[in-house]
Amino acid sequence: MNFQLTEERQMLQDGLRRYLSDTVTPEAIAAATDGATGLDAELWAGLTEMGVPGAMFTEEQGGFGGAGFDLMVVFEELGRAGAPVPLIESAVLAGGILAEVGHMDLVEEIIGGRIIGFAHGEPASRYDLAHVQTRAEKTDAGWHLTGAKAVVQHAPATDTVIVSARTGGDVTDQDGISLFLVPTAELHMRDYPLNGGGRAAEITLDTVVPDSAVLGETGAAYPLIAAANARATAAQCAEALGLMETIKHLTVDYLRQRKQFGQPIGKFQALQHRMADVLIEIEQARSAVINLCGHLDTDDCDMHVSATKNLIGRAARLVVEESIQMHGGIGMTQEYALGHFAKRLTMVDHRFGDADYHLERFIRLAAA
Amino acid sequence: MDLNYTDDQKAFRDEVRAFLADHLPQRLSDKVKGGKRLTKADYEEWHAILNAKGWLGVTWPKEHDGTGWDAVERHIFEEETTAAGAPRIVPFGLNMLGPVLMKFGSDAQKDHYLPRILNGDDWWCQGYSEPGAGSDLASLRCEAVRDGEHYIVNGQKTWTTLGQYANKIFCLVRTSKEGKPQQGISFLLIDMDSPGIEVRPIVLIDGEAEVNEVWFKDVRVPVENLVGEENAGWTYAKYLLTHERTNIAGVGFARAGLSALKRIAGEQMQGGQPLIANPFFAAKVAQVEIDLMAMATTNLRTIAAAAAGQAPGAESSMLKIKGTVIRQEINALTRQAVGPYAAPFVSEILDEGSNAEPVGPEAAMPATQAYFNNRKLSIYGGSNEVQRQIISKAILEL
Ligand SMILES: Cc1cc2nc3c(=O)[nH]c(=O)nc-3n(C[C@H](O)[C@H](O)[C@H](O)COP(=O)(O)OP(=O)(O)OC[C@H]3O[C@@H](n4cnc5c(N)ncnc54)[C@H](O)[C@@H]3O)c2cc1C
Repeated sequence: MNFQLTEERQMLQDGLRRYLSDTVTPEAIAAATDGATGLDAELWAGLTEMGVPGAMFTEEQGGFGGAGFDLMVVFEELGRAGAPVPLIESAVLAGGILAEVGHMDLVEEIIGGRIIGFAHGEPASRYDLAHVQTRAEKTDAGWHLTGAKAVVQHAPATDTVIVSARTGGDVTDQDGISLFLVPTAELHMRDYPLNGGGRAAEITLDTVVPDSAVLGETGAAYPLIAAANARATAAQCAEALGLMETIKHLTVDYLRQRKQFGQPIGKFQALQHRMADVLIEIEQARSAVINLCGHLDTDDCDMHVSATKNLIGRAARLVVEESIQMHGGIGMTQEYALGHFAKRLTMVDHRFGDADYHLERFIRLAAA
Repeated sequence: MDLNYTDDQKAFRDEVRAFLADHLPQRLSDKVKGGKRLTKADYEEWHAILNAKGWLGVTWPKEHDGTGWDAVERHIFEEETTAAGAPRIVPFGLNMLGPVLMKFGSDAQKDHYLPRILNGDDWWCQGYSEPGAGSDLASLRCEAVRDGEHYIVNGQKTWTTLGQYANKIFCLVRTSKEGKPQQGISFLLIDMDSPGIEVRPIVLIDGEAEVNEVWFKDVRVPVENLVGEENAGWTYAKYLLTHERTNIAGVGFARAGLSALKRIAGEQMQGGQPLIANPFFAAKVAQVEIDLMAMATTNLRTIAAAAAGQAPGAESSMLKIKGTVIRQEINALTRQAVGPYAAPFVSEILDEGSNAEPVGPEAAMPATQAYFNNRKLSIYGGSNEVQRQIISKAILEL
């Protein structure tokens, strides 16, 4: 048993922490969120230069990581900085699928910083991965895609998007889902800012793509999507952990520094006990993330995904609400750093399944 | 023990309902129910409608052109107006300053200010909190120094709700540094357009500029704007707080929130069924509904005691805590209900007449905003920690 990071990962963590704390500012996040692409291009270039997208892939795939703990190290740091970057979308989701189907040329480009999106969720799918209504009909020219995709994160920063569409089966069948590589220019996008930073888009599809756009076997994409989604969930949980760490530091500092009734509010036992509970839950969150990242490539992966996502969802709510409360009015303001982190952490429960969704799934998987 | 309203109270409830059906503009109730941004004009419009009926001074006695309602009637009114989606009555002039002036103001102040509050000539805001004086309000430092027929005010107030709309502010100011901090505080009425006042908006985490910072630099305030006696302001402030805490339970808001939650969760599909039919989600909704049912009765017990002439005491602290926790839980469940569409934030959708299409279900964005915004409920009006402190001292005598 060993809970130490390897030397390489320790170096990656140190380097990232230093780079992000120098680079990511509230102003830069706001500028990116209000900008056309939602991307802080300079930050993305810097991360690419440090090899961050490469850390999402194994050496075999052309990267230098790819294990659960590589994801953990990188995303915890991104969370600490509160930086919205398209790493989950491009390297974990799209990149994971592309590596699996052997599109190594595109994987190489993703490692080099190219941003490819992943458009899977739909207006009515909520958290159900098999729910795909978008259709792909075979035509002479290739495939005609029609349908709608929802809250496609970082879509405005992409040039190409992987789109899931049904080539067979019913709306919620796992069988019959296929994946297509579609140039972003072919999509109709309505983009908008997100709570917690970054941009996403609603996508409407009515476009024909050539046969060469199909990724993998037609009708058999569900396992690819599910596997990529599991890794993305691990990444997001690690990011949530980083967000919690920053919120903890902000709140403890505030408890020490804010005085009311002639003493630091951190001297009030009522708040001491609550901050202690917050700390305990953050440590629980850390262990849950370790559990998941350590089991990503095992048969138990799904159960750990649901266990961790459930715990993270619950811990996130506690951390957000307690930290705002213990700050008093200042915790309610946009200007103070906490607000951004609290919103970003809250949004974790609105992607890849919320705490209840995963509780139910955990019960099913544990009974099986 | 009888849990039912009397016939008179039922008749009153029907009268309120009929009035709302006839006079509450649908434009306003649509905005309230849709979580849209209310403008100053919206509030003024609703105040004027109530005033025309004589129903604006809800907590005021008849002699000051108020309703003269007892606690039960006020409760019925609150319940019906929130259920109908009426804008809230802006409390600063009506529920806060009004009662203080009636009890401690001079005749001249009463004659001048009270009608202006009802007629909408003045929009008051509350200048209590300061950057260094929140829960420990008595440590406030904004200073008023007597200079002939004026006070010269210097300092800063903050968190001033809707101060951007106000032409008047009632302030707690320090007029003496002798003795206990509570003993050197005075209650002063100040014109917001006095030279030397600067108002800066504070944007909250939901993106709305709901509160403000207010700076005072050598602001001259006529001495006749002092309420009651110099250095006795703390007594008036505490009196005001007991009024601020009437309707603290927010039962009407909670009920309206709960029914919106059920509607939204009935429209959201998860795993082929409406979310509200999912046992995990339904259990949470039921839990908060059960809490609300009991809390509503705790509230009525307090109201009945008040109607029987007992002054509201530390019970209001219980209602504040339970009421805010219930509302915040309803907000959290509503946010959960809208799923992935909790994330998009398109501010202009909240403007009336905006032609920006909502992203996803129309209820989604307001649900997230309300969740973030209502974190304030357990912070302001005496934080829930401060309320627990009051309960442990005043009721438990610990
Ligand atoms: C949206 C909003 C609107 C507001 N509107 C107005 C307004 O119109 N006018 C106005 O004057 N004020 C207004 N306020 C201010 C509000 O009354 C204060 O925020 C409140 O009194 C808390 O003070 P604070 O923010 O300085 O927090 P602090 O007092 O610094 O409290 C920080 C934390 O410490 C806790 N704490 C403090 N003392 C103790 C203790 N003894 N034991 C245990 N815990 C303790 C608090 O509960 C809180 O969790 C508003 C605030 C908000 C958020």
